[in-house]
Amino acid sequence: MTAQINVRSVFIAALLTVLALLPVYAALTGNYFLMTLFTRILILAIAATSLNLILGYGGMVSFGHAVYLGIGGYAVGILAKEGITSGFVQWPVALVVSALAALVLGALSLRTRGVYFIMITLAFAQMFYYIAIGLDRYGGDDGLTIYKRSQFGDLINISNKTQFYYLCFALLLGTIYLVWRIVNSRFGMVIQGARSNDRRMHAIGFPTFRYKLICFVIAGTLCGLAGALLANHTDFISPALMHWTRSGDLIVMVVLGGMASLFGPMIGAVALLVLEETLPILIGAVAAPFVGENATQAAEYWQIVLGPLFLMVVLFARGGINGLLAGARRG
Amino acid sequence: MRKALLLAGALALAAAPAAAQQKTIKIGFISTFSGPTAVIGNDMRNSFELGLDHLGRKLGGLPVEVVYEDDQQKPEVGKQKTDKLIESDKVDFIVGHIWSNVLLASLKSVVDSKTMMVVTNAGPSQLAGELCSPYVFSTSWQNDQTPQAMGLYMNQKGVKTAFLIGPNYAAGKDMLAGVASTFKGKVIGQELTTWPTQLDFNAELSKARAAKPDAIFVFYPGAAGVQFLTQYAQAGLKGTIPLYTAFTIDELSLPRQKDLALGVPGAQEWVNDLPNPVNKKFVADYKAKYKSSPSFYGAQTYDAAALINSAVAAVKGDVSKKDDMRKEMEKANFKSVRGGFRYGKNHIPIQNFYLQEAVKVGDEYVLKTVATIVRDNQDQHVSKCPMK
Amino acid sequence: MLYFIEQCLNGVQLGMLLFLLAAGLTLIFGIMDLVNLAHGSLYMLGAYFAATFAGLTDSFVLGAILALIATLVVGMAVEVIAMRRLYGRDHLDHVLGTFGLILFFNEMVRLIWGPAGMTLSLPMEMLQAVEVIPGVFYPLYRLVIIGATLLVALFLYILVMRTRIGMLIRAGASNREMVGALGINIKLLYTLVFGLGAALAGFAGLMQAPILTVQIGMGENILILAFVVIIIGGIGSIRGAFVAAVLVGLIDTIGRAFLPDLLRLFFSTNAASNAGPAISSMLIYLLMALVLVFRPEGLFPAARK
Repeated sequence: MTAQINVRSVFIAALLTVLALLPVYAALTGNYFLMTLFTRILILAIAATSLNLILGYGGMVSFGHAVYLGIGGYAVGILAKEGITSGFVQWPVALVVSALAALVLGALSLRTRGVYFIMITLAFAQMFYYIAIGLDRYGGDDGLTIYKRSQFGDLINISNKTQFYYLCFALLLGTIYLVWRIVNSRFGMVIQGARSNDRRMHAIGFPTFRYKLICFVIAGTLCGLAGALLANHTDFISPALMHWTRSGDLIVMVVLGGMASLFGPMIGAVALLVLEETLPILIGAVAAPFVGENATQAAEYWQIVLGPLFLMVVLFARGGINGLLAGARRG
Repeated sequence: MRKALLLAGALALAAAPAAAQQKTIKIGFISTFSGPTAVIGNDMRNSFELGLDHLGRKLGGLPVEVVYEDDQQKPEVGKQKTDKLIESDKVDFIVGHIWSNVLLASLKSVVDSKTMMVVTNAGPSQLAGELCSPYVFSTSWQNDQTPQAMGLYMNQKGVKTAFLIGPNYAAGKDMLAGVASTFKGKVIGQELTTWPTQLDFNAELSKARAAKPDAIFVFYPGAAGVQFLTQYAQAGLKGTIPLYTAFTIDELSLPRQKDLALGVPGAQEWVNDLPNPVNKKFVADYKAKYKSSPSFYGAQTYDAAALINSAVAAVKGDVSKKDDMRKEMEKANFKSVRGGFRYGKNHIPIQNFYLQEAVKVGDEYVLKTVATIVRDNQDQHVSKCPMK
Repeated sequence: MLYFIEQCLNGVQLGMLLFLLAAGLTLIFGIMDLVNLAHGSLYMLGAYFAATFAGLTDSFVLGAILALIATLVVGMAVEVIAMRRLYGRDHLDHVLGTFGLILFFNEMVRLIWGPAGMTLSLPMEMLQAVEVIPGVFYPLYRLVIIGATLLVALFLYILVMRTRIGMLIRAGASNREMVGALGINIKLLYTLVFGLGAALAGFAGLMQAPILTVQIGMGENILILAFVVIIIGGIGSIRGAFVAAVLVGLIDTIGRAFLPDLLRLFFSTNAASNAGPAISSMLIYLLMALVLVFRPEGLFPAARK
C-alpha cells in the first residue's frame, strides 16, 4: 500500500471521501434513498471483497459465494423469528455458522479444480438454496420479514440509518484492511503462489490444500458478516439471497472492479449497482431525441447495454476499472 | 427509476404556472412489468390510466403524478422499490401488487412509514389477519375467498373426491387451503410445485391420474395457467377428470388457451359482462383504447383509482389527514365495476363471487357469468385482525 | 407399479431434453474448452423461432425445420462475433462474458417478440395420450420427444465416431495444435462445432416449446441442470452426457413424485408437501457433489491431452 500519487489513488481517495460524506448529503437534502442504496452497495462490497480473496488472490473461482450471504442472513432472520434479537448473539452465530459451512464445502470442493470447482461450488449453493426453500417455518419460497433489527444495547442503534451506514462503511474498511494484511503475509504469499503453480508450491513443501482451505473459510466468514448486515438492511431474507445469479453478480463486481486488487471489488460494487440505477435514465435521455415519448420504454431495455459491457470488460479491460485507472494491462 | 411522469396532460401544460402552486397527488405503482407475467402488470397499468382518464386526470380535484416501478416478481426487488418510492419519491399512496410474497416482503416498509396503500390483487391471509393495518386497503379479495367459492360450487356439482394442484408460494398455499375449507368431499391428494420456475406438471398430472379423483382443482396464474391447461389436455385428462379452477383462466391467458379453456369453470368476484353502468363503460372504453379485453386484475386496479379519489376528495386534498382518509375509504363510497361492495374491519371487501366459463363467440373467446355462487362473502381471517 | 412406470417415462423424457442441451454444451466445452452460460439463450431462441415460423407457415414440422436452421445460423454468428475471442482465455472470463450475453439475448428477445411470451400449439392429433403398456397412458407428444432425441443421439454417435468431421472433432479435442498443424482449418471447424451445439440447443427448445410456454429466461434454470449433467457425465463425453442426462432426469422426477409421500410417513402432511419438492430438487446437486468428491473428473472422463 505504498501511497503513490497517481490517477488510481486519487480516484480511490475521492471515492472513499464521497462514501464518507454521503450521509451528510442525505441529511442536508432529505433524500434518504441514496443512503439506503449506498448502504446496500457497501454491504455487497464487503461480500465482493471477501470473494476477491479466494477468486482474485487465490485463483479459486467460486460460483457459489452468495451462499454465505444467505447463511449469514438466515442466521439473523431465524434467531429474530425465534425471539432472540440481541446482535451479540445473532452476529457471532452468523459468523460461526458461515465459517463451519465454508469449512465443509471447502474441504469437499477443493478436491476438484478448474471448471469442476466452479460447478461444484455452484451445486452446493443450489443445495442451500433449496434447503432455504424447504424451511417452511421461516417463509420457504416467500422469505421472512425481520420485524426487529439486531439489538446492540446502548452501543449502537442500527435501526438508525446513519449509524448503520457508518457501521457498514467501517466494516468494509476493516475487511479491506484484513485482506491487505492477509495478502501481504507469508500465508498470503503461499496462496498467491498456489494460484500460479499449485504443484510447485506443494513440491516446495507447503500443504497448499490446507492453506487454500483456511483462505476459503476466511472468505466465507467475511461474506457471512455481509449476509448478517444485508438481512438487517432489508429487514427481509429469502432464498433469492443465494440464487446462482447472485453469486454471478458478486463475480461481476470483482472482475469489473479489478481482480486481485485491494479496492477493486469495492469499485466494482459501486460501479455495477450505480450503473443498474443510472443506465435506464441515461438510455432514456439518449433515446429521447429519437423516439420522443417512447424514451421511458427504451430505458427498460438497459440490459442490452449492460450485457455487452461485461463482454467488453472481459475482452479489453482485463484488470477491470482498477486496471484501467492504473493504466497497467495485465496478461 | 423508470419515471413515467404522467402529469395531467395538456391541462397541466396549459395551466403550468397555476399547477406549480398546487399540490400534486403522488402515487407509486408497483407491479410486474418485465418477464412472462408482465402482461398482468400492463393490464393493471392500463386500467389505472383509464381510471385516471375517467376522473379527468385528477384525484379529489388535484393533479396526479404516477411513478411506475417493476418488482420483477421478486420479493426482494419489490421491497427495494417500495423503499425507493417512500424515501426518494415520497409518494402519498402506493398502489398495485400482484403477488402475495412480494407484498408481504414490502409491507413492513409501508406500515412503518404509515404510507397509504391500496392493494389491487394480492391477498395473503396474513394481510387479512394479524398483519392488517389501518392504512392498507384491498380492492381485490383475500386469497381464500375465490377458491372457497369454487369449493362450494364443487359441492353443488356433487364432487366427492378432489386432487389439488398449485404453486408453492404464499398465494398457492392459501388457495389450496381455501378450497379444502369449503369442499365437503375428500381431498385425496395435494401437490405444491416450485414457483415460478417449475413449468412441467406432467409428474403431478400422472399422480393425479393415478389417484383417480372425481375432480382436479388447480390454481396457476399467468402463463403457468396456459401451460397447465396444455399439459392437462396432452395427458389426455380432458374429458376423463374434470377441472375446476381459480385465477387460471382469464382474459389475459384465454387468447392463448383457446379451445382448451372451453367449459372449464372458474370462480371470480368480477366478470366482464356484469350488468352495471360503471362496468359497461370500463369494459367498452378499455377495449376502445387498448384493443384488448380487460381482466379482473385491471378491474380491481380501476377501482383503486376511484377509491383514492373518494379519499382525497373527502379531505379536500389535504393528504396529511390520513385518519380522515381512512374513515372515508372504509365506507367504500365509490362506484365499483363489480357493482359495489362493503369493507370488513380488516379492509378486505365483503363481496359476491360468480361462476364464469369461457365460451366461443364467432372467432373470439370470451368469459361470461354463469351463476352467482355466493353473496356478500367475507374472508375467514377477519377475526385475527386486531383493528376495530 | 404402473404409476411408477409412468413416472419413469416422465424422468426419461426430462433426461432426453437435458441430453439435447448437454450434448451441445459438452461438445463446445470439450473441444473449445469454453464455458458457455449463454447456451440456454440458444435454447430460448430455438423455441421463439419455432413459434414464429410455425405461426407463419401453419405447419409445426416446417416451423421446426426453419427454426433449426435459424438457430444454427445465429449460433455460428455468435461464435464469429464473440465466442471466438474467448477461446484460450480463463474460465472466469467465459463465465462473465457469456453471463453478459444472457442479459443481451433476453432483452433482444423482449425487444423483438415482446414481454408476454408465445405459445406453439400442437396439431390436435398430438393432444392425446396413448396406452404404452396396458394401464399406462402417456402423452403422445412426449413419446415423440423421446423418439426424436434418440434419433439425434444416434446421429451424433455416427457423426462423431464414424465420419471424417467426427474424426477431426475428436482430434481437435485431444490436440488442438496438432490438428491445426496438419493443415485443417481449425477456425472453421470450431465455428461448425459451435453451430452444431447451438442447433442442438435450439432443437431442445423447439421440442419443449409446445409443452411449456415460450418465454424470456426459459433457458436459465434448465441450463444449470445441463451443466450438472455434463459434470456428472464427464466433460467432453457425449456418452457420459447421455447416461448422466437420463440419470438426472430420473432422479429429479422420481424424487419429486415419491419423496413427499415418503416424508409423509415421518412428518405432518403439510410439512411433507412443502419440504418434498425442495428436497427432491436438491437430490441432483447432491448426486453431482458426490460424483465430484469421489470421481473429480465425472463418470466418463474423456481422454485428455
